[in-house]
Amino acid sequence: MYDVAIIGAGVVGSAIARELSKYRVRACVIEREEDVCCGTSKANSAIIHAGFDATPGTLKAKLNVRGNEMMDQLSKDLDFPFTRNGSLVVCTKDQDPAGLQQLLEKGLANGVPELRILNRDELIQMEPNLADEVTSALYAPTGGIVCPFHMTIAFAENANINGVEFFLNTEVTQIEKTSGGYKITVNKKATGADAAAGKPGETSVIDAKTVVNAAGVYADVFNNMISEEKLHITPRKGEYLLLDKTAGTHVSHTIFQLPSKMGKGVLVTPTVHGNLLVGPTATDINNKEGVNTTADGLEFLSVTASHSVKDVPLRQVITSFAGLRAHEDNNDFIIGEASDAEGFFNAAGIESPGLSSAPAIGGMVAKLVADKLDLAPNPDFVGVRKGILRPDTLNMEERNKLIQAQPAYGNIICRCEMITEGEIIDAIHRPLGARSLDAVKRRTRTGMGRCQAGFCSPRTMEILEREVPMAIEDISKNGGKSVFIVGKNKQV
Amino acid sequence: MKNYDLVIVGGGPAGLAAAVSARDQGIESILIIERDKELGGILNQCIHNGFGLHTFKEELTGPEYASRFADQVRERHIEYKLNTMVMDISGKKVVTAMNREDGLFEIQAKAIILAMGCRERSRGALNIPGYRPAGIYSAGTAQRLVNMEGYMPGKKVVILGSGDIGLIMARRMTLEGAKVEVVAELMPYSGGLKRNIVQCLDDFGIPLKLSHTVVDIEGKERVEAVTIAQVGPDRKPIPGTEIRYECDTLLLSCGLLPENELSRSAGVELSPVTSGPIVNDSLETNIEGVFACGNVLHVHDLVDYVSQEATAAGKNAAKYIINGKNADAKVVEIVPEGGVRYTVPKYVRPTEMEDSLTIRFRVGNVYKNCQIVTYLDDEPILKRKRPVMAPGEMEQIVLSKEKLGEYPNLRQITIRIEEC
Repeated sequence: MYDVAIIGAGVVGSAIARELSKYRVRACVIEREEDVCCGTSKANSAIIHAGFDATPGTLKAKLNVRGNEMMDQLSKDLDFPFTRNGSLVVCTKDQDPAGLQQLLEKGLANGVPELRILNRDELIQMEPNLADEVTSALYAPTGGIVCPFHMTIAFAENANINGVEFFLNTEVTQIEKTSGGYKITVNKKATGADAAAGKPGETSVIDAKTVVNAAGVYADVFNNMISEEKLHITPRKGEYLLLDKTAGTHVSHTIFQLPSKMGKGVLVTPTVHGNLLVGPTATDINNKEGVNTTADGLEFLSVTASHSVKDVPLRQVITSFAGLRAHEDNNDFIIGEASDAEGFFNAAGIESPGLSSAPAIGGMVAKLVADKLDLAPNPDFVGVRKGILRPDTLNMEERNKLIQAQPAYGNIICRCEMITEGEIIDAIHRPLGARSLDAVKRRTRTGMGRCQAGFCSPRTMEILEREVPMAIEDISKNGGKSVFIVGKNKQV
Repeated sequence: MKNYDLVIVGGGPAGLAAAVSARDQGIESILIIERDKELGGILNQCIHNGFGLHTFKEELTGPEYASRFADQVRERHIEYKLNTMVMDISGKKVVTAMNREDGLFEIQAKAIILAMGCRERSRGALNIPGYRPAGIYSAGTAQRLVNMEGYMPGKKVVILGSGDIGLIMARRMTLEGAKVEVVAELMPYSGGLKRNIVQCLDDFGIPLKLSHTVVDIEGKERVEAVTIAQVGPDRKPIPGTEIRYECDTLLLSCGLLPENELSRSAGVELSPVTSGPIVNDSLETNIEGVFACGNVLHVHDLVDYVSQEATAAGKNAAKYIINGKNADAKVVEIVPEGGVRYTVPKYVRPTEMEDSLTIRFRVGNVYKNCQIVTYLDDEPILKRKRPVMAPGEMEQIVLSKEKLGEYPNLRQITIRIEEC
């Protein structure tokens, strides 16, 4: 019997898991995908919002501002990249600048520091590539950019080191209330060649005193299994264009567009790794798996980006992707114990600013659970974690010492991002280690560059095959049926 | 820091031929740096035949063609490092490289030959909408898996793009037991060689649909279906023309891009048309002593031409090492017009050039019964009739030093496609 079972290993589930591991607790995280950070957490704007956007008094407002404040220390403790590059909400000629003032006032009410409105002259000094139509902007110096993969993985690894178990490839199919808590029926999914051949998974049961529902776009499904207070979550699709690093300095701040009757606009931002990101669209859909991009969506991004930033070098697009925001009808985060289901805690409707709020949500939910179960602090909690060593942060002498000790650090696998075999081996062998190409990619950036894994994927497959070890036929892009190899030559 | 007279970045066909040529011109201190585990570059995965008809007057496979040059390198005891990545090239010709044994190290070169080759355009760069499942490969990645590792990436295949690797892979996948449903090509003409369309598609009954593109990819984990549609003259899909193919694999052969990240960091000026360095008649870039050849310079159709070009680059680099900087000579620009997309080289020095200089280029469309006309200023001096020209095949003309010498006031050379 677990004290807590968390459903979902996205940034919210992982942040809650880490916060819970500060207590003496027997906890597990149940994730249907083969890795952590596989849903909304992996496909979003990667922004740590300053917090001026949410309506004052809402959970979104409070948790965003609190989450933002926590980021400096967290990124240091857990060794993930985070930069306060500052954000600008730009107003164009045909828009009413009063909109900026309203945002400023909301921001002040939410407790966002250092907000101010800048005129065009000041703006052009900061961002020479702003569109000619831009007249003024709200400047939020505390806005930042983060690697959502590294942040989520850092939370999960640290939780795991501190004793939280992770069940990956494990899908929750049913939750029932029992006398002592909850009976969670799960399906351990087949993977690799078995999955491709259609082999079914294996059913088993996990018992837990309490459940935390951090299931993203599926949070309504699980809540509604247990509670009569029904939730309704609409997947709101956001499509993005990612540009090569050669375009990464086109802007240095995160450039938002002032919302208008025409819509919320799209942002143009550098990423923490030096690429340029354009997005998102916002389309409500019915399909909770609908992460496909669309011709219309990609076209919309190309056109709309130019409203705030000129000459976005769209020829440098290296990939496009879509993510789903978990939009709940009430338009705010739903955090807390279900009123009619004791010990069932929701962290639901976590759409933007969910990534920014995740650290604060983690603390809030962990506290609720700890109070419920009367948990004692964990005296053995280790709050720091070291990420994967990036040899390019070392000087020549240090790097050569490293290569001498571990020659794999002298072997480049991903030519575009210059990732070494040593980093990939680290990604495979660390806690919750990578077992697929996407898992290696999220941890190391192997295959994330301009050739999009054209050259490195066969070599990364070799390393997985040798290091895990696993059969080449089982190596997948991202678990399930996503295998790369369907057989040997002449045998298919 | 180590010192070499000549560092060649890349041990594929271009790098190997350049090394042999430089050595034959008397350069002793040469280092070839190759990132893969053997010499030969991409030829090692091109196990089909048809290589070397011009160079060796026989039909070789890719690995055979590569080994002819690799043998010449070894016979001449030219030094090379395998599994070694060049991390940086500075404008002062310091090459920073890394491997498992030597770690990170720097080399000061007197001259550098860029021979890094090219890469394939990825799905992301094509902005194809749809899901992002496994089963989408660049044709070259699939070629490596099948030809070098012996693994099949899929059973039922749709191919987008009719570049040569895509055509070759249509045949290879069929021979290895897969079913290739269709090859779709965005343009109204193929980007590959005519002979490959005949030998790889027609002979196997694989349809080629010109003016078609992929408009949707289905399947969340592995490709389950691909939809193609016809495109209009604006290359936008025409609603109502969609055809859906159930398949598990999409191969992309939509163009090759010279890999010039190192060149860029060194400060080499690149052509927006070829994405390769801009060079003069000695294949020298804007940085003195830095030369380029092969697919890093512009994407070739036949490796024979790569070898020829690289031989010239090796010879010119040797000359530079021995004689030092050329005197400031007059430079004349070659201007491509009327269907000629670019020329390599872009600049000619009439007093310094070889006695005969091959100018290579590609055309922007399919031309029938046309001629390539070369003008020295306003005077047409060369007319070359061509029954058919297509973007998939490289064209060339030869300029003679003697002829250019007759025009001491020459300001511009123009190459143009004209009707006969």
